[in-house]
Amino acid sequence: MKESEEAKKAKEKWEKKVQGEKIRNAKFMTISSEPIPMLATPADLEEFDYMRDLNLPGEYPFTRGVHSTMYRGKLWTMRQFSGMGTPKQTNERYHFLLDRGQTGLSVAFDLPTLMGYDSDHLLSEGEVGICGVAVDSLKDMEILFTGIDCGKISTSMTINGPADMIFGMYIAQAEKQGVKPEQLTGTLQVDILKEYIAQKEWIFPPEPSMRMITDLMSFCSQHVPKWNSISISGYHIREAGSTAVQELAFTLADGFAYVEAGIKAGLDVDVFAPRLSYFFNSHLDFFEEIAKFRAARRIWARNMKEKYGAKKKESWLLRFHIQTAGCSLTAQQPENNIIRTAYEALAAVLGGTQSLHTNSMDETWGLPTERAVQIALRTQQIIAYESGVPNTIDPLAGSYFVEYLTNKMEEGAEKYFKEIEKRGGVLKCIENGFFQKEIADAAARFQREIDTKERIIVGVNDYLVPGEELEIPILKIPPEVEQEQRVCVQNVRKERDNDKVKRALGALKNAAKGSDNVMSKILDCARCYTTEGEMAETLKEVFGTYTEEPVF
Amino acid sequence: MEKKIRVVLSKVGLDGHDRGVKVIARAMRDAGFEVIYTGLRQTPEMVVEAAIQEDADAIGISSLAGAHMTIFPRVLKLLKEKSAEQILVFGGGIIPKDEEQSLYKQGVGKIFGPGTTTDETVTYLKQAISLKAKT
Repeated sequence: MKESEEAKKAKEKWEKKVQGEKIRNAKFMTISSEPIPMLATPADLEEFDYMRDLNLPGEYPFTRGVHSTMYRGKLWTMRQFSGMGTPKQTNERYHFLLDRGQTGLSVAFDLPTLMGYDSDHLLSEGEVGICGVAVDSLKDMEILFTGIDCGKISTSMTINGPADMIFGMYIAQAEKQGVKPEQLTGTLQVDILKEYIAQKEWIFPPEPSMRMITDLMSFCSQHVPKWNSISISGYHIREAGSTAVQELAFTLADGFAYVEAGIKAGLDVDVFAPRLSYFFNSHLDFFEEIAKFRAARRIWARNMKEKYGAKKKESWLLRFHIQTAGCSLTAQQPENNIIRTAYEALAAVLGGTQSLHTNSMDETWGLPTERAVQIALRTQQIIAYESGVPNTIDPLAGSYFVEYLTNKMEEGAEKYFKEIEKRGGVLKCIENGFFQKEIADAAARFQREIDTKERIIVGVNDYLVPGEELEIPILKIPPEVEQEQRVCVQNVRKERDNDKVKRALGALKNAAKGSDNVMSKILDCARCYTTEGEMAETLKEVFGTYTEEPVF
Repeated sequence: MEKKIRVVLSKVGLDGHDRGVKVIARAMRDAGFEVIYTGLRQTPEMVVEAAIQEDADAIGISSLAGAHMTIFPRVLKLLKEKSAEQILVFGGGIIPKDEEQSLYKQGVGKIFGPGTTTDETVTYLKQAISLKAKT
């Protein structure tokens, strides 16, 4: 008798016995409300084929990891997302983090910068430097990277609507350091599809935004070949309230939409696909997350090879950054967040991430203090050097439960792919609010589970401390920041060669109207200190703006 | 038949994080309220205009990006200028306790912090609006 048949028989016996036993009064489901079997056995993996479903690390379909040596060859990059107040204040924080052992940079911009407004714009009032660093022009970028060798360290930038403009400023700043574009390593988020779905930081409508992305992919493949031209993101989709399967499915669907857009624009898939990267959430349900990461690699590899005909191994690799789940953190008893982040970080490492950001305990209240972000970084370093986990590759492979769950995640994602196709593809689904409704439904269900105490959140709806006072320091951005930034950008506009700026903006407008590569024109603008807002306004004149139909 | 409670929910400022306001919108709709969700990136002027046009009983504002000490007072001021002070103002998000008290003093009805259940927001509105109707 096969092992799985024996196990099936034995499990049936055990289930009968268990029916008479006392079971806790709880719902045994994942954080995505998926029911979890009490026990997994070989019977749950009847069709399992090691070589087909897993293979070796660095070998198709890469379930066990994208590199053959994984963390023995190189640890994941410790990359804390960071930005606060003025570029000078943020530069100080970057030096602090590098000094404490972080190995990659990640820039968090303030809301005006994210939305394409200069610090002195009417709509920027009250928002400058509050949620991230204010960057208006090349001058700010120069200050931001003072004393940091961009030829030696990789930089990730979380920016979407105005991504090209910020990228132009980064390249121009590096040039001034003596670093050529072809030496630059890093990532630009620029994943506009998930903006319409979840993060909501767009400027232009979908079509011109997609065009800007294919221009960027083309530009990078020629001039900045070591740069990840996009970070296809699930993090924000999850933060907006989606389930793990939705995060997996919607993110990969977006990824495939970019692949199709690139191919349609006449680019060779094996030229741009190797520089597509991903960004996932690591939430609190430990095994669901690990299964999600492993399934993601397998799904991407299979589709890239079989559906899109990519021939290079590098095109089949799903490389990703992970951030631990902000939405899992609580404002109550904030020190508990250190523990939550630790488990989420461990799941990320067991899931084979290439890069990791760990949240600080105080981020439910404000931007992280030095003390809090140091603990967050130490969390990664303790996993790396003390836990033993990176010593062996994909240690959970072969676990009946983890392989069962990995398969389940893949099935769930494939179901969604069919549904999205049936509804006309990703852009149509965005238009019709399909993703947004799925996410809103999942968020509402999650809240209901908390309200009814079907789901316990420690410190929030159980294990409360009556009369709890906030005892940790909270970082406050000084009110002078806004005025400082306003003065700075106004001085930049006065001191630069405004004829050059006018000509550069004119060239940008023409390129946008036609089919010339927009990114190279944006770089020209950035080099002569054109501000982000000026570039955004120019492009708005050609591309228009976007307003969503809210779905709840 | 009792008149349906009409509430305008809004995100004011540049922040686009709308998970919370949408969950509240749905819960209030499920509770039988007439919910008008304005969407993102509204100004105080736009919200007040919408509330007056929609004959709303209350305005609810989600504030997660720290601009609450500018936004709420401006909304209250506009309601006063337009003789629409009968419209109740409430909000939610990340607002420190000392600033919360200051907002109450200025006329905000209630601020709901993290950990609030959707039932609490519904119950509050029902009670506050029926109280206003009686006075």
